Amino acid sequence: MIRDPEHETMPRGELEKLQLERLKVKVREVYDKVPFYRRAFRENGVTPDDIQNLADLTKLPFTSKLDFRDNYPYGLMAVSPDQVVRIHSSSGTTGKPVIAPYTQRDVDTWSEIMARTLATCGTTKDDVLQNAYGYGLFTGGLGFHYGAERLGALVIPTSSGNTKRQVLLLQDLGTTVITCTPSYALILHETASEMGIDLRDSNLRLGILGAEPWSEQMRRDIEERLGILAINVYGLTEVIGPGVSVECPNKCGMHIAEDHFLVEVIDPETGEQLPYGGEGELVITTLTKEAQPVIRFRTRDITSIDPEPCECGRRMARMSRIAGRSDDMLIVRGVNVFPSQIESVLLNVEGVEPHYLIVVDRQHVFKSDELEIWVEVSEKVFSDEMQKMEDLEKRLRSEMDSVLGISARIKLVEAKTVARSEGKAIRVVDRSEL
Amino acid sequence: MRIKQVSVFVENECGRLEAILEALQREKINIRALSVSETAEFGIVRMILDNPEEGIQALRQAGFTTRIDWMLSAQIPDVPGGLLNSVARPMAQAGINIKYFYAYIEQVGENKAMVVFKPDDLEKAEEVLASR
Repeated sequence: MIRDPEHETMPRGELEKLQLERLKVKVREVYDKVPFYRRAFRENGVTPDDIQNLADLTKLPFTSKLDFRDNYPYGLMAVSPDQVVRIHSSSGTTGKPVIAPYTQRDVDTWSEIMARTLATCGTTKDDVLQNAYGYGLFTGGLGFHYGAERLGALVIPTSSGNTKRQVLLLQDLGTTVITCTPSYALILHETASEMGIDLRDSNLRLGILGAEPWSEQMRRDIEERLGILAINVYGLTEVIGPGVSVECPNKCGMHIAEDHFLVEVIDPETGEQLPYGGEGELVITTLTKEAQPVIRFRTRDITSIDPEPCECGRRMARMSRIAGRSDDMLIVRGVNVFPSQIESVLLNVEGVEPHYLIVVDRQHVFKSDELEIWVEVSEKVFSDEMQKMEDLEKRLRSEMDSVLGISARIKLVEAKTVARSEGKAIRVVDRSEL
Repeated sequence: MRIKQVSVFVENECGRLEAILEALQREKINIRALSVSETAEFGIVRMILDNPEEGIQALRQAGFTTRIDWMLSAQIPDVPGGLLNSVARPMAQAGINIKYFYAYIEQVGENKAMVVFKPDDLEKAEEVLASR
């Protein structure tokens, strides 16, 4: 069901008019209220008056994750602290976390975006939604919670973890929609199986999965194991949290909430804007955020944008599944490798478990890099004959070679060797961390 | 005679065999025969247990990846040429390949030994043994 036809089916021309209107207001706002932006605009010789059409966006400087750290905690805020009603934060990998403040209107806007997001993938007020995204500073938990409540669904706020209880509640309360990371969906399945429960026999019909990059093969795997429709959802703390984009059941790209987010795709090397369809780094400008608007935020996520209307009736542009983060991209012997490519090779081999770990040797600057992929041996692929085990290893190695263009070592490891994550899965580690 | 073998996937690392044996001891399961086939990275531990069904449960509980396969066991005379004449030659003559085999510790009387092996054609190998 289209919850907000006015915006979701708006003709492109009208939408762009709305975007420009909102952009002008935001640019003026950050220039007047946030010293960081005023300084950055001046350094680039641009003022709010220079923004006369959407193409003028490229005159504005980029904002990066680094700017959030440098201005920690409140340096990017555009309102006085007494207007802020909530703080979220993303788990910083190194150094300071990213702080995301919200005004009451931001919370309301976000709740509505999330209600629309949930409706887009087919959730209705009659659904029982079990929210296994982590509650707390992470935007996933409360973001989905507020959206589901606004939609009128029944929310079970399990948060992540305590998987046996999750399975129990899922069964007893008749959960129809699960919201969690894709890796947690697999943990749920694994735990349910250990408890002798087949989730395909439950009421569960839909999974809204995100917060980490995953592959099309992983989707098929999750859909088959849990007996659900698995939908991809995207967002990030710096601009709002989940809700930036989501798939409809047609699964043909994620519909971007373009009335709230102005998106571009750039060449990550040169910073040049790419035409529609070009694959590059996603850049987001928030159009409605009050407490902390963001101008041209470089997400590091690699995607492409398709502006054609979708069969579902929505006209907002769609972005492709995140191919990987430019941060996560590995450069092995001069070749770019994304963990998602490795995942798709593994899951294309019958019986191979979606639990894997990529071990890289980044320590030796002058030595050629080594790529080792740990693959868990499940009962489906285990054989008592050495020949067959060696064949599996060889097959994985040769398929990895042909897809990645470089050779990788395959290490067959025991089940559960790869740490299970209740939040975002860790797929790449440096050998020195082992 | 047909006999069930339990095999376990194990990384070639210190303490892994110990973990397998502990899991079996906890459930008081006895090992009648054992063989390990290994690479530098991993191994396949194959065992004949006095209770294969309970054994596999115990190993799964301990987190191991396991499987059960049908094997053939044969009693052979403990004399020079014993294995050759009672198993190896009859199988070769019948065109059956033995994928692997190992000895079986069983009290079967004076001057007798037991072997367990995996033929590529179980039924045919069974007939060959029975016809002797």
